[in-house]
Amino acid sequence: MKFKFKQYNVLPGFGLTLGYTLLYLGFIVLLPLAALTIKGSELGWAGFWHVIFDARVLASYKLTFGTAFIAAIINAFFGLIVAWFLVRIKFPGKRFIDSIIDLPFALPTAVTGIALTAVYSPNGWIGKPLLDAGIKVAFTPIGITIAMIFIGLPFVVRTVQPAIQELERELEEVALSLGASQWKTFTKVIFPMILPSLITGFALAFARAIGEYGSVVFIAGNMPMKTEIASLLIITKLEQYDYLGATAIALGMLLASFLLLFIINMLQSWSSNRLKGV
Amino acid sequence: MQSRHIEKGLYPPFIINALITAITLVFLALFLILPLVVIFGEAFREGISIWWGSIVEQEALSALRLTLLVAAIAVPFNLFFGIVASWALAKFDFWGRSFIITLIDLPFAVSPIVSGLIFVLLFGIHGWMGPWLVKNNIQIIFAVPGIVLATMFVTFPFVARELIPLMTEQGSEEEQAALTLGANGWQTFWKITLPNIKWGLLYGVILCNARAMGEFGAVSVVSGHIRGETNTLPLQAEILYNEYNFTAAFAVASLLAFLALITLALKFFVESRINKLETL
Repeated sequence: MKFKFKQYNVLPGFGLTLGYTLLYLGFIVLLPLAALTIKGSELGWAGFWHVIFDARVLASYKLTFGTAFIAAIINAFFGLIVAWFLVRIKFPGKRFIDSIIDLPFALPTAVTGIALTAVYSPNGWIGKPLLDAGIKVAFTPIGITIAMIFIGLPFVVRTVQPAIQELERELEEVALSLGASQWKTFTKVIFPMILPSLITGFALAFARAIGEYGSVVFIAGNMPMKTEIASLLIITKLEQYDYLGATAIALGMLLASFLLLFIINMLQSWSSNRLKGV
Repeated sequence: MQSRHIEKGLYPPFIINALITAITLVFLALFLILPLVVIFGEAFREGISIWWGSIVEQEALSALRLTLLVAAIAVPFNLFFGIVASWALAKFDFWGRSFIITLIDLPFAVSPIVSGLIFVLLFGIHGWMGPWLVKNNIQIIFAVPGIVLATMFVTFPFVARELIPLMTEQGSEEEQAALTLGANGWQTFWKITLPNIKWGLLYGVILCNARAMGEFGAVSVVSGHIRGETNTLPLQAEILYNEYNFTAAFAVASLLAFLALITLALKFFVESRINKLETL
């Protein structure tokens, strides 16, 4: 068969529209992103490691990835429950609840940030009773985690929800009629079918939380070595006109995120292949 | 019919369903509703006239103007791109098509701070084009053009990613019929394609606009926070908050929260229109 770049089509405008698409994509997205990698290559490996293994940078990575991971786990747990509720349980006003789930997508992150700080600060609505109980939330890693839970929740709900919707109820019926208990039907039949989408939702929430800035920076407290997230450290470097340092931290974050997403992708294909094998 | 369908499959005992419902409602109330309530509560705490005073204050107004200006530039550009790109990528099949679609989604994978950083690396005074820009007295970073560029970057995929799957699914039979019957390309687009995609288009524009007006991280890197000049509404809220001027900060934030609620309402409306079309 002869190789053809494009299938024959009577519709006009292919060259023009594709040309414009590539041009605009190149200028707005690809060229700026290329600047990041080229600037990074100016550093060389030695310079890169030097920035990355600075104690303050390492501490910010540990904090960012640690809190993002915990937030994504909590989101996976509650997101599954919320998604199940939205699909399977009859409740008045459920469509309204369903649209509220997207609030973290729609609310500007800075607004989220100051609102959460007001809620959890030492004299805030929830912050005060918690402080009386001996738990400090705002300006600690707990506060950072809460902000990351807020912004990550819709990712889990919106990926798991369609998976639950598409479950074939016949399979559940078969399991039940063959004598499996309700719990066993859930853990052995339903859960494995939702698991791939749950992992995807987890990964999306995790990735979003790693890069999050606006909603976290107000509640974080921003103490170097303690509550300073990686995104903020990039800004600090930029304010000192240390472009190379900022670029190195950003590349380190991207690298670590890609690595983690790669692992999660493997996990996901493992869990969906397992399903196909059955 | 509906209820019989629901009875099929798993039928957890009432107590489990009640527990799931309770957890969902408490979790959503605590994590989503409470922060929203706090924004409006704090904004109106000292009365509606103080709130109004914070909104019509000089710097807040200029932040509002800038936010509207940035959205008015970034959204049409990305809207036009979305339509053009989805025509090329959905109506035609060619080598490398799915790779380009992946590239279009890239800005979603880049964190807000990095989205701002890349423009500083390009146009900042120590950046690639910095010396040339200084010599020619053009300012992009710490000025409005930088804010517009960063906003265009972060909102880049919204319209395209709504339209490409939609137009791929619709195929091009209707357009081919129109062309065979003698319509020209423009007529085909305006009379056939556009009416078919209008709801998806509106959906993409709503999301794009919400993000354009609310973007904080990327804009914060390139803005320079010059009062009355390069502050958008989210940046103005930040500055007021950091100056412990909480009531004014929440007044500005309440405008943005109101915008978010309108966005959700519009989204709800458009989604139900799309669902209705699908069930027809």
